[in-house]
Amino acid sequence: LALAGTALADPVEDTLVVETDDGAIEFVTTTTAPDHLKDVMDTIYSGWHYREDETRDLQRDDFDNPGMVFVDRGMDLWNQEIGAKGESCAGCHEGPESMKGLRAVTPRVDAGTGALMTVENYVNECVTERMGLEAWGMTSDKMKDMLALISMQSRGEVVNVAIDGAAAPFWEKGKEIYYTRFGQLEMSCANCHEDNQGQMIRADHLSQGQINGFPVYRLKDAGILSAQQRFVGCVRDTRAETFKPDSDEFKALELYVASRGNGLSVEGVSVRH
Amino acid sequence: MTGRLWLAAVAAFAAAVPAMSETAPKDVAFVEGAIEASLSGMPGNPEEGAKVMTTNALGNCVACHQVNGIPNVQFPGTIAPPLDGVADRWSEAQLRGIVANAKMTFEGSFMPAFYKTEGFIRPGAAYSGKAPEGDLPPILTAQQIEDVVAFLMTLKE
Ligand code: HEC
Ligand code: HEC
Ligand code: HEC
Repeated sequence: LALAGTALADPVEDTLVVETDDGAIEFVTTTTAPDHLKDVMDTIYSGWHYREDETRDLQRDDFDNPGMVFVDRGMDLWNQEIGAKGESCAGCHEGPESMKGLRAVTPRVDAGTGALMTVENYVNECVTERMGLEAWGMTSDKMKDMLALISMQSRGEVVNVAIDGAAAPFWEKGKEIYYTRFGQLEMSCANCHEDNQGQMIRADHLSQGQINGFPVYRLKDAGILSAQQRFVGCVRDTRAETFKPDSDEFKALELYVASRGNGLSVEGVSVRH
Repeated sequence: MTGRLWLAAVAAFAAAVPAMSETAPKDVAFVEGAIEASLSGMPGNPEEGAKVMTTNALGNCVACHQVNGIPNVQFPGTIAPPLDGVADRWSEAQLRGIVANAKMTFEGSFMPAFYKTEGFIRPGAAYSGKAPEGDLPPILTAQQIEDVVAFLMTLKE
């Protein structure tokens, strides 16, 4: 039994390459930790390395990746004239490739307003202010379909969120949350994803809890999950009162967790169990 | 309601009320991490203890520990030391202390405190993600702690 544990302890050695119409994309799924993590770890790994062979394989081929259905739905939504005056995303932004690079640098502080913005926040700004619609729910199907489409435009790009300047106070707040032992089980994100990454917590192989793969298609839920939705699940599992998606706390946490993955590739829509 | 059912209901209610000799979580006295007396004032039942240890919603000790003394547990965790032989390493009082609040024995331990009701940051009502209504119960009852300790005492090598 002890042996089985040790054998499983490490992230699997493997390389992720996906063939696309524009050629093969080779993903950075393992790399040197960013400077701000150097005192706690040397290497960062995408959560992809901790999953079973079959789950990893699903992500190698877009025809097998169940998340691509949601990207297609996002594309339909992008083109629909849904605004109060018949506006569409496409009408103002042309193709979704206009969103290239955004996912790799968000959350980020908006230079104009000083607000911390996730991709979802940007989408809702257009939905409400530029299309005259009610805000989309942060974890609604529409929002997650759009998030999947927008993330795909940065597929293969290296995550590089800013943590200094205007971002610094948000980043510090996120870091504090990451190391706080919440709930009746008194567990922090770091207890599981830093101290015990690679270990088995019951049947689950603990990853570093990176979000470069988000949104993910989760086989267990047969649906798309945003990073903050995953945070809700993890905090709930510590017998804690969770924060809500789009709360100041979870936005700051998303920035901080994203920064722990600076150097890994955006996976677009990844597959997890 | 028939007379007999009514009696059964009274009995069930009586069982839910803590016995006079039970020590409440906030009154527990730790001596160097150990707790001398039974928390329920009753002896523990090792069979029940093994159930508590392998039930997700209760102790779920196997999420972190292997226990070869409990067969047929699928996928035990690898986070914490195997519990086999634990009764050779610790006394009953020490084991009671570790299960009630391991942080009194191992400073800053990752192991949750199973008999503690105060001093948490944003505690929730079990695994609901919501704030608790009213007082927070300990994760395990006094008797469940005793049952677990009784089982741990059988783990000799
Ligand atoms: C009790 C242990 C535990 C705690 C505490 C915990 N997590 Fe997790 N987390 C897990 C498990 C188990 C998984 C699923 C397996 C994996 O990917 O590690 C997971 C998965 C994740 C993932 C998905 C990774 C991927 O690539 O799919 C993210 C992101 C994450 N956690 C972030 C967090 C954050 C942020 C916190 C703190 C707010 C946190 N977790 C607290 C156990 C925990
Ligand atoms: C009426 C015009 C209009 C419509 C309709 C519109 N947008 Fe925008 N969008 C803008 C403008 C203007 C900006 C701000 C650009 C800037 O600040 O550089 C913007 C910014 C964004 C950004 C941030 C991009 C960045 O790089 O900072 C995203 C994401 C976005 N829009 C998504 C959407 C989506 C999704 C839809 C449809 C649901 C949509 N937009 C509909 C005009 C529009
Ligand atoms: C989330 C992880 C976790 C869970 C759940 C957990 N423990 Fe532990 N336990 C630990 C760790 C880690 C240690 C090692 C002490 C330390 O370094 O903190 C430990 C140590 C112990 C020890 C001392 C072992 C020795 O050989 O010295 C005993 C006894 C013990 N645990 C019993 C239990 C029981 C009984 C339960 C369930 C009711 C349980 N544990 C649940 C993590 C856990």
